[in-house]
Amino acid sequence: MSIFEPVVLFFLFGACAGFVRSDLRIPGVLYESLSIYLLLAIGLKGGVELARHPLGAVAFPAAVVVAAAALIPLVAYPVLRRIGGLSRADAGSMAGHYGSVSVVTFAVCMTYLARLGQEAEGYMTVLLVLLEFPALVIGVLLARRGEPGTPWGKVMHEVLAGKSIVLLVGGLAIGWSAGPDGIAPLDRLFFDLFKGVLAFFLLEMGLVTASRFEDLRRSGLFIVLFATLMPLASAGLGLVTGSFLGLSVGGVTALATLYASASYIAAPAAMRLAVPQANPALSIGAALGITFPFNLLLGIPLYHELAQRFAQ
Amino acid sequence: MQHQDPGTRKLVTVVCEAALEETLLKDLEALGARGYTVTDARGKGSRGRRNATWGPLANIRIEVLCDEATAGAICEALRTRYYDDYSMVLFVSDVEVLRPGKF
Repeated sequence: MSIFEPVVLFFLFGACAGFVRSDLRIPGVLYESLSIYLLLAIGLKGGVELARHPLGAVAFPAAVVVAAAALIPLVAYPVLRRIGGLSRADAGSMAGHYGSVSVVTFAVCMTYLARLGQEAEGYMTVLLVLLEFPALVIGVLLARRGEPGTPWGKVMHEVLAGKSIVLLVGGLAIGWSAGPDGIAPLDRLFFDLFKGVLAFFLLEMGLVTASRFEDLRRSGLFIVLFATLMPLASAGLGLVTGSFLGLSVGGVTALATLYASASYIAAPAAMRLAVPQANPALSIGAALGITFPFNLLLGIPLYHELAQRFAQ
Repeated sequence: MQHQDPGTRKLVTVVCEAALEETLLKDLEALGARGYTVTDARGKGSRGRRNATWGPLANIRIEVLCDEATAGAICEALRTRYYDDYSMVLFVSDVEVLRPGKF
């Protein structure tokens, strides 16, 4: 067995192609189609799993997970502000990115766990949806403390009616109401092909990541350190929260990965509208250029290793 | 208003980040534009290289045909609202249109 989850090799391949300035480009329409497919499939899978649990059993862990997650932006902000010397706008925006989650990192973690036969609790996808937006609100509040004129309506619409939440929630609802038997005829398309499509998507993410390296060189050592140490600290919080809730090894690993991941799709769009003064290159460079590959290559196996010790 | 050739109008072209699309289109209509054309765009400028594919890095190009007064109002409004914080290029040119009543 190779040390990396095989789909991760596609990410590395994309990054290499980007570094040698290959003219390889995934057309925009295909990228859009792949991301719609992935979000819908993750939602469906989560919904089917959710149908196996009583909904009431999900409420308590969900409340604990969301409450504990609020610590991430609240800790990140003062670190970015005092140690990193970032402006209020940049620190708030970055704190929001790191508090929110990355769906693709989550998907890679789930395939990693599936390969080891240690699947996480079925309601992880619900947690994924719930963790996406509260940190963005906290980030905006931190960035704009006391300043009037935040276009809250627009920002909340961007986040809650954005394609990723809509597709995840829609998939969850369909999967939950149809149940495992109802979804069975769609299994081939949505579950069997999932990994292949994820591989394609990661190839594109590799290409995009390589193109962001230019920003990183400009942003300096502090950002590089923050983007590697922050996920480790957040994963630690995930390990503690997950074992407090008595989750399985897979569940603790998935929660640590969710906490460790940083959003680079929903967060930039929301922050651009809510905190225009924040430099988007800084947060995207850190979240996508460093934290995303870090979690894919080292983070997930590490969190899994630690989860095995914590969950016992 | 200055005298205008019957068939001459202004073409206002805005190249900016895609995140602004909805907000900008609302602004343009409020400022008196009767229509617009939006296309995906990619290129390079003072804020780095931008591609048309990936959400946060996507760029768009908006074109508006309008009379001189509206063009002036659009330029002024966009300059004050967005120039400081967003990647945006805006330019105006004279164009001949076949149906002046439309614009």
